[in-house]
Amino acid sequence: MDLAYQILVKPFADMVSAPDFLMQVLWEGLVSGVLYALIALGFVLIFKSSRVFNFAQGIMVVFAALSLVGLHEHGVPAWLAVLLTLGIMLVLAVAVERVVLRPLVNQPDIILFMATIGITLFLVGFGELIFGGENKRMITEQLGIPTGSFEFEPFGGLLSIQQADLTAVVGAVVLVAVLILFLNRTRMGRAIRALGDDHQAAMSVGISLSTIWVVVWFIAGIIALATGIVWGARAGVSFALEVIAYKALPVLMLGGLESVPGAIIGGVAIGLLEKLFEIYWGQPLLGGNTETWFAYVLALIVLLFRPQGIFGEKIIERV
Amino acid sequence: MLYRTAGQFKTSYEADFALFPVRQDAILLGVILLFAWVILPWSANEFVFQTLLIPVLIYSLAALGLNLLTGYAGQLSLGTAAFMGVGAYACYKLTTIFPGMNLVVAIALSGFFAAAVGVVFGLPSLRIKGFYLAIATLAAQFFLVWLFEKWAWLYNYNSSGAIQVPNMKMFGVYVAGPQATSLTQYYFVLAVVSLITWFSINITRGRIGRMWKAVRDMDIAAELVGINLMRAKLSAFAISSYVAGVSGALFVFLWRGAAEPVLFDVQLSFRILFIAIIGGLGSIIGNYFGALLIVALPVILGIVPDALGVPIRAAVQEHLNTMIVGALIITFLIAEPLGMARLWGIIREKLIIWPFPH
Repeated sequence: MDLAYQILVKPFADMVSAPDFLMQVLWEGLVSGVLYALIALGFVLIFKSSRVFNFAQGIMVVFAALSLVGLHEHGVPAWLAVLLTLGIMLVLAVAVERVVLRPLVNQPDIILFMATIGITLFLVGFGELIFGGENKRMITEQLGIPTGSFEFEPFGGLLSIQQADLTAVVGAVVLVAVLILFLNRTRMGRAIRALGDDHQAAMSVGISLSTIWVVVWFIAGIIALATGIVWGARAGVSFALEVIAYKALPVLMLGGLESVPGAIIGGVAIGLLEKLFEIYWGQPLLGGNTETWFAYVLALIVLLFRPQGIFGEKIIERV
Repeated sequence: MLYRTAGQFKTSYEADFALFPVRQDAILLGVILLFAWVILPWSANEFVFQTLLIPVLIYSLAALGLNLLTGYAGQLSLGTAAFMGVGAYACYKLTTIFPGMNLVVAIALSGFFAAAVGVVFGLPSLRIKGFYLAIATLAAQFFLVWLFEKWAWLYNYNSSGAIQVPNMKMFGVYVAGPQATSLTQYYFVLAVVSLITWFSINITRGRIGRMWKAVRDMDIAAELVGINLMRAKLSAFAISSYVAGVSGALFVFLWRGAAEPVLFDVQLSFRILFIAIIGGLGSIIGNYFGALLIVALPVILGIVPDALGVPIRAAVQEHLNTMIVGALIITFLIAEPLGMARLWGIIREKLIIWPFPH
């Protein structure tokens, strides 16, 4: 009875009695949810256009952020460092296409997946070799991102919103809007979607597979840089950031592997729910740190009812 | 010449289905077993036992478990390390609750706990397929490792949160714990690995193995010819997790001597997946090739710079190591996506028809 009260009543009572704290929790959840959504978006783009389950997306975030900070440490001005990092991501995209994807065309999905794990390991080793393994500070001020915080007093409580977080959310919304416009309104975007639907049909109307792959990996690189800047501003830049890649996976499951809106909604939903669960159920009842698995278990439960995720394409199997 | 099959006639169907259709295969296996059981143990020193022989055997056993599930039954899993953890913690609890229990019995029983957990986390495979299933098994990975950390009963409420292997005797000889010698541990592991390998070969050749392969190749078609999908998939999860659990128990009790929850994190799962894939999915022998490569590579990379007289700092060496492993995985996948087992198959076929090219 007491346990039922602890699980079913008390958390909600806590939420109502301290609405300002609840809002703070929701805001924190929203910000991390937006970041998960960004990483998941990188996954989705690559999966849609090449059926490659790109495990390296998480490490690309770290690599982009490390390159940016590392270049700045060597005296490159911030704006130039951003451009140079974009250049590095382009080179990476071309290299991945040339060295890894092209020889592995038509291999089973699992082989390509393993290859991206190989890329992950390579980038981890390479990044640590060049930039060192220690935690670095993101160059937030130099990039012109405001660092203060807004304080609100709703319901007589206190709600503090970091300006960097606000910038992150606004930036993510703009990035996603541009991306959706690009995918739906430009020639290249339509080509990417065509390739996602049917490789052979797309190639037969003259769409170049290799060009599209480079473009897609480059876009994923841009998203990785944006994510890296935002997340780095919150937690510092190091290979510990890699763990957020594992957070993007349940987002993909929840939203569906091919769905751009699914990635965004799934990311925000998981960000919010895991924060709420951790604060109101996890810490008092389970000893905390439930964020490592909550998203997976949630996604698993959803998948039992919808095996292709909430927004995924319906799986049609033929024999 | 070495592999000439001329003169070996099959006169019955049984002969055609025999484990060794070519006599030289049996001879080769005999030579390998002679090496493993006699020559290697007597020529190896402590360093070789602890950095090469024992870990290769344990890793290949874990990869064998994964290979039964992924290579034979086609269910991609990223949670092997967690199932190994279940085996290790179950073995620890068994040996502390029943202190007089024989270690072999404890390890054999702990596999059943892993199998039970494996079946529970295998249930989603009835609904979910492909990458969705792979991510679903990550749920097992993260949830179980969290559980190992938070459930203090599992490590007997000790303050360090780690499990320590006590000194354990079997037939008057120390087999586990600080007092056991590497030689006895090696023989213990080798015996278990040989036994499970023999079982696995026969399972995959028999009725269950064929059921798995049918499900792997196309599960709807398998269902239409009357295979019970639930039974096939769950049996694959159970047997695979059993093997993984046993290897986890060996991992802690006969090699590491102590374990923390982080030992069973997702990196270990990936390492075992590498071994299975580089070795060759859907083969038994490949696991040993893969484990040998993945375990030996860091050791070799540690020795080479010294031998060449180029001093490299430990951190740099570690980073280089990660990089090279990554590059090697990609190279291997491009060169031979079916793994080292397939390479061996090609070599064997060439030897059989040698010296003629066709």
